[in-house]
Amino acid sequence: MRHLTGEFFMNGDIACAEGAISAGCRFFAGYPITPATEVAERMAERLPEVGGTYIQMEDEMASMNAVLGASWGGVKAMTSTSGPGFSLMMENLGLGIMLETPCVLVNIQRAGPSTGLPTMVGQGDIMQARWGSHGCYEIIALSPSSPQEMYELTIKAFNLSEKYRTPVLIMSDEVVGHMYEKVVIPPPEEIRVFPRREPNVPPEEYLPFVPDADLVPPMANAGEGYLFHVTGLTHDERGYPVMNAEAQDRLVRRLVQKIRKNSNDIIEFEEDGVDNADVVVCSYGISARVSKFAVELARQKGINVGMLKLITIWPFPEQEIKKIAKRVKAIIVPEINCGQIALEVERCAGQMADTVLVPHMGGGVHRPESIVDVIEKKAR
Amino acid sequence: MSQTSLENEHPMDAYLRTDRLPHIWCPGCGLGTVLYSLLSGLLKSELPLDKVAVVSGIGCTGRAAGYVKLDSFHTTHGRAIPFATGLKVANPGLKLVVFSGDGDLIAIGGNHFIHAARRNVDMTVICVNNFNYGMTGGQVGPTTPLTALTSTSPYGNSEYPFNVPYLAAASGAVYVARWTTMHVRSLELSITEALLKRGFSLVEVISPCPTVYGRMNRQPTGLDQMRYYRENSIIRHNADPRYIDISLDGKIIVGKFIDVERPTFSDLQEEVRQKTFGPNC
Repeated sequence: MRHLTGEFFMNGDIACAEGAISAGCRFFAGYPITPATEVAERMAERLPEVGGTYIQMEDEMASMNAVLGASWGGVKAMTSTSGPGFSLMMENLGLGIMLETPCVLVNIQRAGPSTGLPTMVGQGDIMQARWGSHGCYEIIALSPSSPQEMYELTIKAFNLSEKYRTPVLIMSDEVVGHMYEKVVIPPPEEIRVFPRREPNVPPEEYLPFVPDADLVPPMANAGEGYLFHVTGLTHDERGYPVMNAEAQDRLVRRLVQKIRKNSNDIIEFEEDGVDNADVVVCSYGISARVSKFAVELARQKGINVGMLKLITIWPFPEQEIKKIAKRVKAIIVPEINCGQIALEVERCAGQMADTVLVPHMGGGVHRPESIVDVIEKKAR
Repeated sequence: MSQTSLENEHPMDAYLRTDRLPHIWCPGCGLGTVLYSLLSGLLKSELPLDKVAVVSGIGCTGRAAGYVKLDSFHTTHGRAIPFATGLKVANPGLKLVVFSGDGDLIAIGGNHFIHAARRNVDMTVICVNNFNYGMTGGQVGPTTPLTALTSTSPYGNSEYPFNVPYLAAASGAVYVARWTTMHVRSLELSITEALLKRGFSLVEVISPCPTVYGRMNRQPTGLDQMRYYRENSIIRHNADPRYIDISLDGKIIVGKFIDVERPTFSDLQEEVRQKTFGPNC
């Protein structure tokens, strides 16, 4: 049972773990936390079977660091957590960004703040995903809304992390994590896996942060004879600390631009009936599924409403929102928080269309009717 | 030897990033001695150097990773050990050295320190103990002796310090030694032994910080602190680590305290894996 192939009935957390195994993940470090524990449990069961290592660390700071260390050891690595642990991982998410370390961090969101509702759904960490570590950076975050997407987007997350040499976040939620559905796992030869970008010069010429044309540097692993140094300090192409504003500008600009300039390659979304709609509902994760149902109900009432489901939430699909905003009266944003993605939509839509937040404070999902009511009001 | 070569060459140049020198450490600081001892220990151990990775945290000692011509990682404050744990466990062919300070390893990184020792992850931890946070200007830390003056204990430290070898031994370390920067030969030997030991090994090095700690505590030069070590160190191998606390004006017990065998984290994982899935899995 090294690689599963076929149709399975599994929950989102387990599908996420299987996606990681399919993507070649062979190291997992984590700390138990509801509702993400099942990801760790599945990895603890599966990794020894495929020659990988599971290690349960003493906390989430250690988990994030162990994942970074493993990645520098040349092994694809992942951790999973939820709100309180996500907060603890922010410190070394920053180190991962600064050292340009491929890895995947899964957040099965629950309702906060603080301990909040440990067993119940929330989507309150969306802005923390974007801004939670200190300093200026860009991040990639994906939002699955079904166990099948948990499987597929986890593979995609690993591929993006290798392609752009950066930690990638899976911003899922408790309902998707615990929801059981059919998951189709293709045979291994049909799964596209992006390999690590190996150095293209001999060790004596290798400098760890000389980027390729797409602004991403190839990566040597420890123990391969490249004898490199990397630091969380601001550094130059050699990886050496340089303490001045020019070096900071050069480094941070590239770290940001390698995501921004490649955003067309990174961003993924699904549209349904957006072209001639009067209003569009924009949502993600479990809220996108509830929204989809609300859109169907509204269409039965004869309302011309479209649906934009975000799959990549960071970098934010600005161009698409702007395009839609030019044509519609309003963009309606249901999310299980008091307004996070809605702020981004509002920023992009500007004066072109109304942005209407449909908030939910967490602990459950929206009633579809609460979304239909807003659609009806705004389509009039 | 010409004067030029005296000034510009060092026997360890081949293993240093000489393009990064001069280093940031103050005159009289003990870090150069400890770094030399690490390199010397590495050479004596005859470990293949391209399979050695050095991981540091933050602080004066944390800068050491940036000076060695090896695969080296300057990570976040307190997190060198978990980073090294991931690196070692994922890539067991590497030899891991964690080189960091007492504040980094024992305060903010204290939890990681005891858990890596408990798991017996195969790594050598060199804890350079200068009794305070040097880089930020000499604040009180978890190893500062009682009554010592620091910038944040201006009337005298009122907290008990950690006894680092005892902490390591109690947590499960298989090799524990303590030396001062005056005991260079013994320090080199201990580092060599620790590097060749499988499992979690700890070498604590008592090291001068004349610029801040020494100046606040009547030892204003590196020489004063070295003289103090010479006059007050007592070599006592196999001493019970419970009784080797360090006080402000007392004796410093040095030596090798623990040297035992215990399967490592990776040994035990592999044993379980083979038992479950068979030897050829």
